[in-house]
Amino acid sequence: MSSRNPAISKGVDWSIVWIWIALCTIGVMSIFAATYRESDTILQGFISLKTDYSRQLLYFIMGGVIGTFILLTDSKFFTATANLFYVFGILLMLLVFPFHSRIKGTESIIKFGNAFQLQPADLCKLFVNLALAKYLSRVETDFSKTRSQLIAAAITLGPAMLSIMQHELGLALVYFSFFLVMFREGLPANILIIGFSFAVLVVATLLLEKNTLALILTAIAGLAVYILRRQVKRNRAILFLIAGLWFVCVGVQRFVVPFVFDHVFEPYQVKRIYDAIGKDYVPKDENAAIEIEQKSKGSKKDGDYNVKQSKIAIGSGGLIGKGLLKGTQTRYDFVPEQRTDFIFCTIGEGFGFVGSLVLLGIYFLLLMRIVAIAERQRSVFSRCYAYGVASVFFFHLSVNICMTIGLAPVVGISLPFISYGGTSLLTFTIMLFVMIRLDADRQMVLR
Amino acid sequence: MPVFNQSRSNIIRLIFGGMFLIIAAQLVNLQLVSNKYKKLAEENALFPKRIYPNRGIIFDRKGKAILNNAILYDLMVVPSQVKNIDTQYFCQLLGIDTAEFRDRILDAKFKNGPFRPSIFEDLLPPDLYAKFEENIWKFQGFNLQERPVRIYPYNAAAHIMGYVGEVDSSVLKRSTGYQLGDYVGRTGLEQYYERELMGQRGIEFWIKDNKNRLVGHYENKALDTPAIAGKNLRTYLDIDIQQLAEKLLSNKVGAVVAIEPKTGGIIAMASSPDFDPNELTGPDKQSHYAKLALDVSAPLFNRAIKGQYQPGSTYKPLGALIALDEGIISPSSGYDCHGVYLGCNRPVKCDEKFAGHAATLRLAIAHSCNSFFCNTFRQTLDNPEFHSPRKGLMKWRQYVTAFGLGHRIGVDLPSEDGGNVPDTSSYDKIYNRSWNSCTMVTMGIGQDQLSVTPVQMANAMCIVANKGYFYVPHFVEKVDGETKEDTLLNRYRRKHEVLTHIPDDVYEVVISGMQDVAEIGTAKAVRIPGINMCAKTGTAENYLVVDHKRTKLKNNAMFVCFAPRENPKIAIAVVVQNAGYGAAWAAPIGSLLVEKYLNDTLRAESVKKAQDIANTNLLPKYLIRVQFIEDSTRAAQRALRTHDSTNLMKYIIPSSRAALLDTLRRNNNAIIQRSPLIKPKEDNKPQTDSINK
Repeated sequence: MSSRNPAISKGVDWSIVWIWIALCTIGVMSIFAATYRESDTILQGFISLKTDYSRQLLYFIMGGVIGTFILLTDSKFFTATANLFYVFGILLMLLVFPFHSRIKGTESIIKFGNAFQLQPADLCKLFVNLALAKYLSRVETDFSKTRSQLIAAAITLGPAMLSIMQHELGLALVYFSFFLVMFREGLPANILIIGFSFAVLVVATLLLEKNTLALILTAIAGLAVYILRRQVKRNRAILFLIAGLWFVCVGVQRFVVPFVFDHVFEPYQVKRIYDAIGKDYVPKDENAAIEIEQKSKGSKKDGDYNVKQSKIAIGSGGLIGKGLLKGTQTRYDFVPEQRTDFIFCTIGEGFGFVGSLVLLGIYFLLLMRIVAIAERQRSVFSRCYAYGVASVFFFHLSVNICMTIGLAPVVGISLPFISYGGTSLLTFTIMLFVMIRLDADRQMVLR
Repeated sequence: MPVFNQSRSNIIRLIFGGMFLIIAAQLVNLQLVSNKYKKLAEENALFPKRIYPNRGIIFDRKGKAILNNAILYDLMVVPSQVKNIDTQYFCQLLGIDTAEFRDRILDAKFKNGPFRPSIFEDLLPPDLYAKFEENIWKFQGFNLQERPVRIYPYNAAAHIMGYVGEVDSSVLKRSTGYQLGDYVGRTGLEQYYERELMGQRGIEFWIKDNKNRLVGHYENKALDTPAIAGKNLRTYLDIDIQQLAEKLLSNKVGAVVAIEPKTGGIIAMASSPDFDPNELTGPDKQSHYAKLALDVSAPLFNRAIKGQYQPGSTYKPLGALIALDEGIISPSSGYDCHGVYLGCNRPVKCDEKFAGHAATLRLAIAHSCNSFFCNTFRQTLDNPEFHSPRKGLMKWRQYVTAFGLGHRIGVDLPSEDGGNVPDTSSYDKIYNRSWNSCTMVTMGIGQDQLSVTPVQMANAMCIVANKGYFYVPHFVEKVDGETKEDTLLNRYRRKHEVLTHIPDDVYEVVISGMQDVAEIGTAKAVRIPGINMCAKTGTAENYLVVDHKRTKLKNNAMFVCFAPRENPKIAIAVVVQNAGYGAAWAAPIGSLLVEKYLNDTLRAESVKKAQDIANTNLLPKYLIRVQFIEDSTRAAQRALRTHDSTNLMKYIIPSSRAALLDTLRRNNNAIIQRSPLIKPKEDNKPQTDSINK
C-alpha cells in the first residue's frame, strides 16, 4: 500500500506548506509590530514567552510539530474517527456551560490555569468539517434527497446553536460557511439563493422604514404576477405561491426580525449590527441600554470606535505604508484588540496598500490552491473536507478583513494564521495539515 | 458520485474572487483615494508641544537684575493614579477640606480625563512648595511641574517694568506670531520691548497614545525647533535710587523722574500710589489686579508719564530763558514787587513781600517772584517786534515746544501722555478771538492751561543743564545681542539740539538763579553741602469736582533740579499732589535723591529726613469720599442685579458708613494705597478758571 511508504513527504503538496509558513511568519511579525515596546530587548522578547509575539512563535512551532505528526498519520484514521471526533467536539462544547470562565463578555472559554485556555466553539469547526465530509461521502447518502440535506444541515448547525447559546455569534456564523461545501455537493442553488435573499430582506428591514419596505415587497409581488400572468392563467397555484411568498416576506420584516433582534440577540450585538450598516441604535428599554454600557466597558470603547480607528490606521498607511514599527495608530494602542481581531490594521498601516494586496494575494493563492486540490481528489471525503477548509478560511478572512475596513459588523472572528491566539492558530493548522495528509493519499478512495 | 457538480467549483472560485475584489476595492478607497485618514492618524497621535523660551532679563545700570525669571511649581494630578494617599494630611498641607479635594479630583477627571495630568493647585508659594517637595512621594498620582514666572527681586519699578499676561483675543487678532496660551508683555518695558524680550517659541513633536499620554519624540526630534531665549535689556535705572524714590513717595500721590542729562537715560521713575509688581505674577494675580483696578487712587496709573500737572513756578526758568533769548529782559532786569501783581484786572499774589526780592533776574528766580514772571510773560507776548500778542504767543509756544512740552516726548514706555501747551486757537475758542496777554497772564507762572508730565519737566531740566540739547529720555541703554539694523534704540541715541542757539551765558544766568534757589532762595532748606545744586520749587493750584461741587484742593508741590552745576549728572522732577508748598514737600524728595545718587549714600540726618518723609501721609482726603461713592454705587448696582443686598448694607448702616468715611482713621492707616477699597479715576486734568466754563 502506498500508505506504507516510508517517505512521508511523498504526495505532500509543498506549496500549501510554504504558504502556511509564510502566513504564520507574517502573523508573528505583525503581532511583534503591534505589541513591541521600545523598552523591550528584541531577542529576549522572542525567547522569554512573556510577550505575545514570543507565545505566537511558540504556537507556530507547536503547529509545525503537530503538522508533522499529522503527516505521519494514516489518512484512514481521519475517516474512521470523524464521527467520534464530532461527538467529542459536541461534548466539549456542552462542557463549556458548567465550566466556562467569564472572560470579556464571552461564555465560550474554558481555562486551564492561567496559561492555557480553550475555546471549543473554535476547535469544533475541525470536527464538523470531518463529520460533514464523512456524512456526505457515505455510499448510502443521496444528497439530492431533502432528508440528507436536512441531516447535513443539522450536523453543521448543531454546534452553531450551541455557540449562539454561549454568546459567540461570530463563531456561530462560521458554521454557515459549510453550506458552500453542500452547494458543491449538489445542494440546490435555490436554497442558497433563498438564503441570500433572506439575508438581503433582513438587511433591508434594518435599513428601510417598515411601511416603505412593505410597499416595495407588494410592488415586487405585483410585478411578478404581471410578468407571470400567462402561467397564472394556466395554473392558479403560482398565484398562491406568490401570495404566500409575499406573506412570508412581510411577516419576516414585520415580526420575525424585530422579534429576533429584541429577544435572541444581545443588545450589544444589535448595536454592532446597526453600527456596521451605519444606523443609530436606540435601545428599547433601560436594561438594554445598561447592558450595552456594560458590554462596551470591557473593551473601553464601542464597536463604532474600533472600526473608526481601524479605518484610520489602514487608511493612513497609504500606498506603501509607514514601515514596520512606524505606524502611530497601531503602535500606540488606538486600535483596540489589534493583536487579535484587528491585526490586519498593523499590516495596512505598516505596509500600506501594497502590503495589504500582497497578503490578500497570498490568501487568494491559498484558497485557489485548496479548491484545486479539492477538485483533484478521487475520494468524496477528501474533496468535501478540502472544500470545508476553503470555506472556513474564506469566511474567516473575508469577514475579518471586512470588519477592519468597515464593510462588516464587528464580530469576534480571527484572521487565519495571523491573529494572536493559540487555539485559533492550532485549529487552522490542524485543519490545513489534515487536508494535506488526505491530499497526499489522493490515490486512495476513502469512505 | 456527483461528478456532475464539478462546474460548481468555478462558481465557488467566482465567489472567492468576488469577495477579494470587494476587499481590494475598499482598500483602494481607504488607502489610495481618500487622504483624510493620514491627517486623522496624525491628529490622533501627534502632539506639537510648545516650548516657551525664557523671557529676557532686565538689568539696572549696575548690572543688578530687576526683572528676572523664576520657576514656580504647579501641583499636578493624574486622577487614575491617585491611590492609597493620606488625604487628611494632604488636605491639611494645602489648607483645604476633603470635600474640596474630591471636587478638584472630579474636576480634573472631567477636564482632562483620568489618564492625563491636570493642575490641582497652580503656582505654589515657596513655603508650600517646600512642604510638598518633601512629601510628594507619599502622594501617589501627584507631582510638581515647573512653571516659569517673572519675578521682581527688588519689589520695585512696577510701573516701569510692567507685567506679562496670557494673550487675549485682541492681541491674537492684531499679530500673527502668538497662539492662545502664550504670554505677552502687558505694560511697561515688558510691552514696549516685547519683541526683544519674548524670544522665539520652539516646538517639539511628541507622539501620544490612545490615552493621550506622551510616549516619546516623533521622528527622533528631526522636525523640532528649539526655543530661543529672549534678549536681556541693560537699563540706565539705578535700583537704589528707584527704591528710595518709591519709599519717599509712599503715602502720597505723585511722581518722581530722574534723568541723566548727558544721555537721556532714566535713572529712576516712580509713581505713587504704586503696587508690588510680584502681586501680578504669582498666585492670585487675578484678584490682586481687580483690587488695584478698583482703587480710586489709581495705583496702576503711571503718573510720571501720564499724570498732567500745571508746572507752577518750576516753569519759571524756562520763561526766563525765553525772554532772555528774545531780548525782552536782561540779566539785570528787575520788578518792583510788593507781594502782588496788579498789571492786569485780576491781582496775582506773590509769596514774597520784602522790597527788592526781584531786583535782578537771578533774585527773581531765587525768590520765585510771581510779579516778575507775570510781567516777563506779558512782555514776551506783547513783544514790540510782532505787534500782536497772537504772534507773541505763537513764538512763545515754539520755544516751549522746543523744551519738549505739549507733546509726547517718546519715552520707551507705552501710553505716554503729551501734556498741553495751549495755542492761539484754543484761546480763540474760549474768548471768541478777543484776548490779550492779560488773559493768560498766569501762564507766566506755570498755571492757566499749561500742563506737563513729570517726565517732560525732568527732560526740560536736562535741556537747561545741557545748555540746549537733549536725548529722548529712555530706560534701555542696550539690548544684548542687538544688531544695528533692527534695534529699537537708534532713536534714543540721536542728539536733539533744540535750543543750542541760545548762548551759553544766557543759560549761565538762569542756572545761577537756580543755584541761588538752593542756596538762598525757596529751596535753601534742602541744600546739600558740597554739591552745587540748581533747582526750582513750584506750588500749583488745582481744583476738583467732588460731590458735584468744584472744590479747591491743596496745592500740588512741585520741584525740579539738576546737579552738580558744573557737570550735571542728574536732573529730577518731583510732583506731590495736594501736599502744599513745593519747598516743603517736593524739594526734600528731590534733594535726597540727588544726594543719594551723587554721594552714593545719605548723611545720617538725611536718612532720618527720608524716614520722616516716607512716614508722612499726604493722601488727599477726597479720595476716601470718592472711593465711598464708587464702591457704594457698585454695591447698589450689584444688589439690583442679584437681589442680594448684604454687601450694600455696609454702605447704609450708619455705624459702618461712618467708619468707611472716617478720614482721620483712614489717613492714619499707613497702607491705605494698598487697601482693597480704593480705585482709579481722579482728576489729572488741571482745572482752572479759564477752561471751567
